[in-house]
Amino acid sequence: MFTVNNLSCERDDRILFSKLSFTVQAGEILQVEGQNGSGKTSLLRILCGLSNNFEGEITWHGNPIQSDFAAYCQQLLYVGHHAGVKAALTAEENIRWMQKLHPLLNKGSIHEALKQVGLLGYEDVPCYTLSAGQQRRVSLTRLYLSSHPLWILDEPFTALDKKGVAEKEQLIVRHIQNGGLCILTTHHDFDLSDAHIRRLNLDQLNIA
Amino acid sequence: MSFFSAILHRDLLLALRNRNEIINPLAFFMIVIALFPLAVSPEATVLSKIAPGIIWVAALLATLLSLDSLFKNDFEDGSLEQLLVSPQSLVLLTIGKVLSHWLMSGFLLALLSPLLAIMLFLPTQAFGALVGSLLLGTPTLSLIGAIGAALTVGLRKGGVLISLLVLPLYIPVLIFGAGAVQAGVMGVPIAGYMALLGAMMVFSLMFAPFAIAAALKLSIRN
Repeated sequence: MFTVNNLSCERDDRILFSKLSFTVQAGEILQVEGQNGSGKTSLLRILCGLSNNFEGEITWHGNPIQSDFAAYCQQLLYVGHHAGVKAALTAEENIRWMQKLHPLLNKGSIHEALKQVGLLGYEDVPCYTLSAGQQRRVSLTRLYLSSHPLWILDEPFTALDKKGVAEKEQLIVRHIQNGGLCILTTHHDFDLSDAHIRRLNLDQLNIA
Repeated sequence: MSFFSAILHRDLLLALRNRNEIINPLAFFMIVIALFPLAVSPEATVLSKIAPGIIWVAALLATLLSLDSLFKNDFEDGSLEQLLVSPQSLVLLTIGKVLSHWLMSGFLLALLSPLLAIMLFLPTQAFGALVGSLLLGTPTLSLIGAIGAALTVGLRKGGVLISLLVLPLYIPVLIFGAGAVQAGVMGVPIAGYMALLGAMMVFSLMFAPFAIAAALKLSIRN
């Protein structure tokens, strides 16, 4: 269970959000919405422990995330704005390095995952020769390999084609059906019953 | 330990694929040293006198030049964020990154230095002191420099700032490094200089990785 209590964030003398509180249970998606510049990325970075620019409390299974940050990181898969893909390395080398970093990227084989994202045949070429969408796919290969309970995804569908988006969406649904949690920002609408998806709109929050 | 070897493997592979990053500091080192005989004097007596200082200053500046990119690439493509949200030890990671930086800068500079020493008419009895002092001194330069690189990684133009932050801390290494070579030229014992360079290396190896890790966190999380 992921809980946020009275979270406030101010940047450049502008309040992005204040007194934000929410809970995400196992089996739920929290979709963060808002205009560009409304603080979606800032919020996700705070939730990942990548920003100290906030007030309030964030807990994971009842413990503040800073109290045992390594244990929290162990269970967290974060896909950020930047793909985190090294252009000079091949897709396979990139994935192997990510596996060293995150021991829980252990589900199935790399080749199977690369096949799933449609990069079979590209695993041996340096990533700078791939298109933006393909580089994104390299980064998202992690979703297929991940057995992390908590996913935090920042605009995961950027640069993907329609088919790719549909596949990743299914993957996220399967993840929460298996008892995972997912917090993401996207402008894409999920085809899901309201029981499983919650929406947080940062724009309305600021008006209120 | 397998994580440590994975970092080394990754960073060395990246360096080999972007060869400019290896060649630039080495080329800078050679060019600076090659210009001195032209500008000062081609006389052996003059050159051999200033050779220890020139080689050490050039090695120091070449190291400084290569520092800017140490964390910058990882910062820009999002790899650094991934490192910070991983359960792996950031201190171990910084040691691996600095070691691979040193292998690609200081270590190669030390191997190249005898060749340039010949050009500057450095007496052959000082070659041991030259290579030895560079091998012991440049790891300290990489370690201290990495603190500056980590502190400035989030800034758009950190290059000059790194120099300002780091240069005062480089001075003792420069003095004892060049001093060791000078002592080698005069044929007096160099053990004292080497011991001091070694002590500085051990000291920075003990403390710098923690400072680098803390600086990286600071740069990312501000």
